[in-house]
Amino acid sequence: MRFNGKTAESIRSAAFYVVLIAILFCAIFPFLWMILASLKNMVDLLNMDKLFRFKPNLGNYADVFGKYQFLRPLLNSLLIGVVSTILAMLFGLPASYSIAREKKTLYASMILIIRIIPAVSFLVPWYIMFTKLNLAGTYTPLFLSHWLIALPLIIWIMIPYFESIPRELEQAAWVDGCSRFGTFMKIILPISSPGILTAGLLAFIFSWNNFIFALVLCTDKTKTLPTAIFNFISYTEINWSGLMAAAVIITAPILLISICLQKYIITGLTAGAVKG
Amino acid sequence: MLKWIDDHLSYFFTLPTIILVLAMIGFPLAYTLTLSFYDWGMSNITPMRWIGLENYRSLLFDERFLLAVSRTFAFTGLALVVELVLGVGIALFLSRGFAGKNLVKTLFLLPMVATPVAIGLIWTLIYEPTIGIANFILTKLGLQPLVWLGSQATALPSLVVIDIWQWTPMIMLITLAGITALPAEPFESAKVDGASPWQILWKITIKLLRPTIWVAVLLRLIDVLKTFDIIYSTTQGGPGYATETMNILSFRYAFEYFQFGKASASLVLFFAFVLTIAGIFIRLKNRYEVEY
Repeated sequence: MRFNGKTAESIRSAAFYVVLIAILFCAIFPFLWMILASLKNMVDLLNMDKLFRFKPNLGNYADVFGKYQFLRPLLNSLLIGVVSTILAMLFGLPASYSIAREKKTLYASMILIIRIIPAVSFLVPWYIMFTKLNLAGTYTPLFLSHWLIALPLIIWIMIPYFESIPRELEQAAWVDGCSRFGTFMKIILPISSPGILTAGLLAFIFSWNNFIFALVLCTDKTKTLPTAIFNFISYTEINWSGLMAAAVIITAPILLISICLQKYIITGLTAGAVKG
Repeated sequence: MLKWIDDHLSYFFTLPTIILVLAMIGFPLAYTLTLSFYDWGMSNITPMRWIGLENYRSLLFDERFLLAVSRTFAFTGLALVVELVLGVGIALFLSRGFAGKNLVKTLFLLPMVATPVAIGLIWTLIYEPTIGIANFILTKLGLQPLVWLGSQATALPSLVVIDIWQWTPMIMLITLAGITALPAEPFESAKVDGASPWQILWKITIKLLRPTIWVAVLLRLIDVLKTFDIIYSTTQGGPGYATETMNILSFRYAFEYFQFGKASASLVLFFAFVLTIAGIFIRLKNRYEVEY
């Protein structure tokens, strides 16, 4: 068979979209499956003929908050995420500005080391330390440990961002008699707001998603969502639909943030990898 | 006074961070190293007992530990190779302009940002032998159903699949960003010289992308070695010890058996292991890159 150029082109284009949709389906199928399962009752879930045809019910969601008491962990996760992100900003923004302006590469590589060290190796000493300081059961261990997740992210994202700001801008302000601190607060920070938004979003997401620190450092009162959902499985009979409703509740905020602000999230996640 | 602070502002900007980081990391690391020479179960009755290198000796002669090391290698190697091939492949596939490219990037972003524990649970349901979709598909294809996470033989590969699903997008997105940043001239001159699309792909695109791909793989390498969430939330290292990597095993020594000394020794070895592998990788990268 011979095609003229135009037909060949449209066939190629159609084939491209078929392959594309197949790949995308693989990428998002688990999420679709999670949502479907969360809307079923256990009987429908066990019946494969009702894979897509079933009567949706929201009872599982009510159970998650009622029977399984997810409200407290939800608020805990929110609180810990916000507080640790703000704390990490307070420390990280000035530090990354200094590193960017004065080429303190040693500090920068120190921050990279935090990424390499396995988190479990902090956990043993922290666990002992926080117990001895009588801080076990309070929010402090969680704020501090999540601060440590957010800090390197913020510094890593903000260094290239601050580097890209022309020095003339600050020098002009200094000539006009503005102090260094004033310049940082009134000029540098406002024009860096897209970078700060990127860093803040990622810091919050990483804190929200973190499992291992809360697994060891939290108590019933300070439990975060990932630990709450993990405890859920240890019930003798696994309530799959309830579990999936809980999974929807924990992932939905993150997925929505990512969909709305994808540009910032992608920039943050790939920061430092492409020298453009 | 204020003037003096302002003149030395960079110290005030960096020192608090450095001090707090040292307190949160430097001290714990030193403490872990010290603990690794002791026998201690965090008990108030039995004090810490100095046993020198005994923890290390017993680990290095313990089959369970050695198997965890080889599992860490296998898990990392397998996940990394597949993620690299798929990630770069999909990035090249998506590199042409088309309608809805941003939407596609957004959808690929979702597996990376979703909470790992939730992902672990979703996949536990997918892999569930009787009601999971995985066996449903296998049966429809006329194949034998598997027990996936439930059997010692298939548990680790099943976890690798989850990691691939979750993190291939990372390599893909970084490579895609690299492709966007490529200069146009080499491609134009290659076309003028009559190079075939295949030659352009291998000799120009891949070659120019190599620095970006190295970095993407390095970032993944560090994280795959330390994979914890999806393993612990699905199998907790089981069935038996079948999915115990170094990270999981260290965690179990510490917080399931409360053998803090042994856990610390295992963590020191693990940390050295991660550093060595990252170091070798960076060496390789530098040597390889210099040739070109």
